[in-house]
Amino acid sequence: MEITSYLQLILWAMLVNNFLLAQFLGICPFLGVSRKIESAVGMSIAVVFVITVASVICWLLYYSLLVPFHLGFLRTIVFILVIAALVQFVEMVVRKVSPGLFQALGIYLPLITTNCAVLGAALLAITKEFSFLKTLVYAVGSSVGFGLVLVLFAGIRQRLDIVPGTPRILRGMPIALVTASILALAFLGFAGLVKM
Amino acid sequence: MIDPRIIVISAASLGSVGIASAALLAGASKFFKVEQDPRIDDLIAILPGANCGGCGFPGCGGFAAALIDGKADVTACIPGGSEVAQKIGAILGQEVADRVRAVVRLRCRGQADTAVSRVTYAGVDSCRALLLVSPAGAKACPRGCEGLGDCVRICLFGALTMDANGLPVIDEAKCTACGQCVSACPKGVLVIEPHAATVYVGCSTDLTPKEARQACGAACLACRLCLKACPHDALVWDGRRPVRSDEKCVGCGLCVDACKPGVLVYARGATPEPGVRAEAERLAAERRDAEAARKAAAKAAATAAAAPPPAPTIPPEPA
Repeated sequence: MEITSYLQLILWAMLVNNFLLAQFLGICPFLGVSRKIESAVGMSIAVVFVITVASVICWLLYYSLLVPFHLGFLRTIVFILVIAALVQFVEMVVRKVSPGLFQALGIYLPLITTNCAVLGAALLAITKEFSFLKTLVYAVGSSVGFGLVLVLFAGIRQRLDIVPGTPRILRGMPIALVTASILALAFLGFAGLVKM
Repeated sequence: MIDPRIIVISAASLGSVGIASAALLAGASKFFKVEQDPRIDDLIAILPGANCGGCGFPGCGGFAAALIDGKADVTACIPGGSEVAQKIGAILGQEVADRVRAVVRLRCRGQADTAVSRVTYAGVDSCRALLLVSPAGAKACPRGCEGLGDCVRICLFGALTMDANGLPVIDEAKCTACGQCVSACPKGVLVIEPHAATVYVGCSTDLTPKEARQACGAACLACRLCLKACPHDALVWDGRRPVRSDEKCVGCGLCVDACKPGVLVYARGATPEPGVRAEAERLAAERRDAEAARKAAAKAAATAAAAPPPAPTIPPEPA
């Protein structure tokens, strides 16, 4: 039964409770880095990496530092601080250790420093009282869901860009927002698929 | 009433987390410091900073890094022009020749009534959209211009217009060779050429000559008359079509006259200078004469060899 519950958790995090289309977290990169599929893929990989690492670190910090000192109410501000420092640190390490990876992820890492999806994943894992393993699975599942929607959306926008039939007043951002809302409606179809 | 101790503990723990993070980052910035060539910062200061990507690298920073690595051409910065190129050369210690002015040219002459259409396309008015439906394009020649004007729409300088024959026309006075249309063209029929070259090859077909004859009235049929016509040997054969070598071509236009389908064309309606033309004609005539003389000599030799030896004269027998 354990395996089933983890699979359910992944589905729930990825599709039902998708960051972008169900919780509206991380809308900034959703609209900003979705003009080309390649950059959307790069951003997605960076987000998966950062959300996973940040959720795990925040979980450890919460249960080893904040809970013993009865400071649970401080978690939001502490997590913001820790995530920002962590992303900066990871950027420096990657730059030194693997220039190739830095080329691929480097420009996206600073954009994620203050991304609310990262903070959201860390906070939700605490609110839902997930175990360490569940937090890990939840972080991976939800960030992959983020990436999935980002890449889908970039693909649609790329195709929309070459269609000359778009009315002039809708070109660019307006049509992107319309597309995003239709995509969110489509994802509403997953509601109720998994109950958590 | 809030217990004041909670405030103290909160402030202390948050402060300590902050200090710990700061210490971590400070340590990391020392420990993981990446040595960067100081010239990169100098170069970024010189570049226009528009991050237009016209050089083909991600922004001015990417271009500066590529310059240091020797992967980029010092004259590649289009907005900066030759002034910036000179400054870059000074930093890198290179001599920079003045940038050769370039323009975009269309390597296809297949007008709507000249080139055969394989299918009728009535979809979205865009070459890229057409190629999504029919990857080989609508024309019988897979390297033909589809004439739906993606290049015209993308040009920032208004240098391209669509003519009545369904081909884009490039106003070379306005063209800056920024390359936007070249990358927008899904068929790859737009090329960047030196502005100084007045004669260019206007076909890029890869069909066999027989197929090309059926596909397009303006296709290169691989007859190579242009190569023979050129007195300066400025055209070379690449296996399918002529290629101009820029150092040798003087723009005399003898090849333009020699080409029946009109693959070779004058740029911007230029006509060859009379002096150049006369000189070229003189050279061509000389070559023809030399060739004719050589042929005549060869023929004479051949007839001499093939002619039967003169019959020995036999004195008439006395009656």
